[in-house]
Amino acid sequence: MNLAFTDEQKLLADSVARFVAKDYPFESRRKLLASEEGWSRGIWRNFADLGWLAAPFAEDHGGLGGGPVEAAIVMEAFGKGLVLEPYLPSVVLGGSLLASGGRRDLLKALVEGALHAALAWVEPKARFDLAHVETRAARKDGGFVLSGRKGVAFNAAAADWIIVPARTTGGAKEKQGITLFLVPKGAKGLGLRPYRTVDGLRAAEVTLENVALGPESVLGEVDRGHPLLEAAIDRGIAVVCAEAAGIMAHIVAATREYLKTRKQFGVPLASFQVLQHRAVDIYVLSEQATSMAYRAAVLADAREPAERARAVSAAKAWIGKAGRKVGQEAIQMHGGMGMTDELPVSHYFKRLTMIDTLFGDHRFHRRRFAALGGHVERD
Amino acid sequence: MNLDLSPELRAFREEVRAFIRAELPADIKDKVRKGLHLGKDDYARWQKILYQRGWVAPNWPKEHGGPGWSPLERYIFDDEVGKSGAPRVVPFGLVMVAPVIMKFGTEAQKREHLPKILKSEAWWCQGYSEPGAGSDLAGLKTRAVKEGDHYVVNGQKTWTTMAQWADWIFCLVRTDPAAKKQEGISFILIDMKTPGVTVKPIITMDGGAEVNEVFLDNVRVPVSNLVGPENQGWTVAKYLLGHERTNIADIGRAKHQLARVKEIAAAERADGGALFDDPEFRERIADVELDLIALDATILRIVAAESGGKPPGAEASLLKIKGSELQQALTELLVESIGYYGFPYHPEAMEHGWNEPPIGPDYAATLAPAYFNTRKTTIYGGSNEVQRGILAKFVMGF
Repeated sequence: MNLAFTDEQKLLADSVARFVAKDYPFESRRKLLASEEGWSRGIWRNFADLGWLAAPFAEDHGGLGGGPVEAAIVMEAFGKGLVLEPYLPSVVLGGSLLASGGRRDLLKALVEGALHAALAWVEPKARFDLAHVETRAARKDGGFVLSGRKGVAFNAAAADWIIVPARTTGGAKEKQGITLFLVPKGAKGLGLRPYRTVDGLRAAEVTLENVALGPESVLGEVDRGHPLLEAAIDRGIAVVCAEAAGIMAHIVAATREYLKTRKQFGVPLASFQVLQHRAVDIYVLSEQATSMAYRAAVLADAREPAERARAVSAAKAWIGKAGRKVGQEAIQMHGGMGMTDELPVSHYFKRLTMIDTLFGDHRFHRRRFAALGGHVERD
Repeated sequence: MNLDLSPELRAFREEVRAFIRAELPADIKDKVRKGLHLGKDDYARWQKILYQRGWVAPNWPKEHGGPGWSPLERYIFDDEVGKSGAPRVVPFGLVMVAPVIMKFGTEAQKREHLPKILKSEAWWCQGYSEPGAGSDLAGLKTRAVKEGDHYVVNGQKTWTTMAQWADWIFCLVRTDPAAKKQEGISFILIDMKTPGVTVKPIITMDGGAEVNEVFLDNVRVPVSNLVGPENQGWTVAKYLLGHERTNIADIGRAKHQLARVKEIAAAERADGGALFDDPEFRERIADVELDLIALDATILRIVAAESGGKPPGAEASLLKIKGSELQQALTELLVESIGYYGFPYHPEAMEHGWNEPPIGPDYAATLAPAYFNTRKTTIYGGSNEVQRGILAKFVMGF
C-alpha cells in the first residue's frame, strides 16, 4: 500500500511536466485552438516518440507495461497546461478498447502515433446510462448493418476508427445485447458533423445510415460489449479525474499568484483574511482531488468490477462537485479579470466545468457509488 | 502506486484485529458503541492493556518503549483501533507532552516522566488556553516569576480537558513580560497536587464536564520543571503542534461512526421503509462517505510521503480541518436520523450501568448530546480558522 509514485512513474510525471511547462505555452495553445484540426499532429508524434502513447498499456499489448496510473500521470500534467491533443479519447478510451477487444494490430499502430481512435458512446436519449443504446446493428450477409445516431463523439473527425456501441439484441436499456463495432473513417453511410466544444476540444455528431460492416469489425464478442465499454469508461473516468486534479492545482496556483500581485486599497489582495481563507479552501480541495484521482487510477484496474466502479464513481462524484467550487471561487477571486478570455484561468474554469458532465456528473456518480454500497472497507 | 497490503502488513493487520477482539474489555467496547461517557478507569484499563502488548505509544521511538512501527504500520494500527470502537488513548501525556520531553527535556525529566506516562501511571492535561488567550494563544498572561530555585505561577487556564483526573499539567507561562509576545513564554510542568492549583469544571451544552478551569494561585514550581530554555516555550509548543500528524484526523473513528449512521438509518423508518432508502438521506450519507474517502486517500498520500522520508509540514492543518468537519457531519447525520427521539434528555443514560428501559430506540439517547459536544472539534486544537491561517502563511505564502 503506497500512494507515492514509483521511480519510473516519477520520471514519466517529470518529463510530461517539463513538456507542459517549456513546450506548451498558453499562447501556442491559443493558436492550436484556432487551427483547423484544433491540435497538432506534430506534437502527437513527439508523444509517440517519448513513449507516452504506449505508457498505459501492458507489454503484451505493445505498451510499456503501465496502466491507468500512467495514463493518469500523463493527464494530470496535461491538465496543468490544458493540452489539446486527444490523449483521453484516442489513447485512453480508444486504446483501452482496442486492447480489451483483442485488436493488438490496431493498438500497435495507435501507440506508434500512426492511428487515431474515438469512442462514440453518447446517445442523445441516454444521458449518462451506458446500457441505453438505441443504435441498431442488424445482421446481414454474415456481417452487420448499423443505423442510428451518436452525439458528442470526441475526436471523431480526426479518428481513423470510431468505436460504436450498437444493439444487436435486447431492449433499448439492456446491458446484454450491446456489441462494439469498429467503424472506419469514410465508411459509406457514416456522417459526421464536427464542431468545437466550449472547453476547447473537438467533437462531432455522428449519424449511421445503413453502414455495412464485415464480421471482423466486431470488437470483442457479439452481444457482450457492455462490460468492455463500462471498463473503458471507468478507466476514462479515473484518468479525467487526474486531469481535473491537474487543472485544480493550476487554478489554485494562478489564484495564489493573482492575490499576491493584484493591489486594491493600496495593499495586495492576499492581505485580506477573507480571501486568504477562501484560497486555502480551494487549495485543500485540490489536494484532496489529487488523492481521490490517484486512488481511482490505482483501483481502475481492480479485478472486481464493483470495486473498480465504486472507486471511480467516488472520485468522479467528489471531484465533479469540488471542481465546481474551485473553479467558481477562482473566477470570483480574480474579479473582472477572471471573466476575460485573455486570462488563462477562464479556460481552465471552462474545462473543469465540463469535466463534471463528462462520463456522468456528480449526481449520477454519487448515485452509482451509493447503489454499489458506498464506502466499503477494502480487504 | 498501489493500494494492496503486502503479506507482512496483512499479517500485521490481522494481529492487531485479533488483539483487539481478544483484549478490548466488553464493557468498554459497549460504552464506546453506545456513546456513553468513559471514566478514567476505562481509559486506564485499556491503555494498560495496550502497554502490556507494547502498543500504547505508536508515536514513540523504540528506545523509549515505542513499537518501532513504520508510518504505514501506524496508519493501519490507528485505523483498526478506531474502526473497532476501542477508545482513543488520552493524548495529553502519550501523544503531546512525551515527545516534547524527549526532544527538549533534561535526563532527569525523561527518567521521571516518560515511564509513568507509558504505563498510564501519571495522567496529564494541557495548560494552554486562557480566558483572554484562545486563538491568540501567544497572548497568554499566566505569569511565572523566578524566586530562587522556584517559579511562582499566577494565572488561569481554561478549557483544560480531563484536568479533574490529571496528576500533571504542562503549561505555557509568561516568564518575560517585556519581550515580544511569542518570545517571553516558557514551557513548564506543574504537579497538580501543588498548593494553589484549583480545578473547577465547566459544564458544556451536552451536559458533560470534561473541560475545566484551572486556577493557579502562587503555585511554586521547581525551576527544574522548565522544559527547554527559558523564554523558548513558543518553539517547544510549535514542535508539539507539528508532531502529531496523520492520526489528527481520527479517520478510523469516522469509519466507526459511518457504520453506525448506516446501521441506525437502516433501523429507522421513514415513509413506510427504512430511512436509509430515502433517496435524499442516502445521498447525504453518500456525500459524507465521499468526504471520508477523500480524506483517507489524502492521509495515505501523506503516509507515503512520510515513508519516503519527507519531514512534517503544514499538512497537519489540512487534516485537522477536514477530520473535524467529518466528525461533525457524522454526528449531525446521527442526530437527524433519529428524528423526534433526539428530544428526551436523560443525563443518567450517558453513564454506564443505567438500567432503566430506554426512551425510544436504545441507540438514541446519546446522539443529540454527541452532536452538541462535537461542535468543539472545529474549535479546539487551534480553531479551523487558525488552521486556515497557518496554511495561508506556510503553504500559500500570503
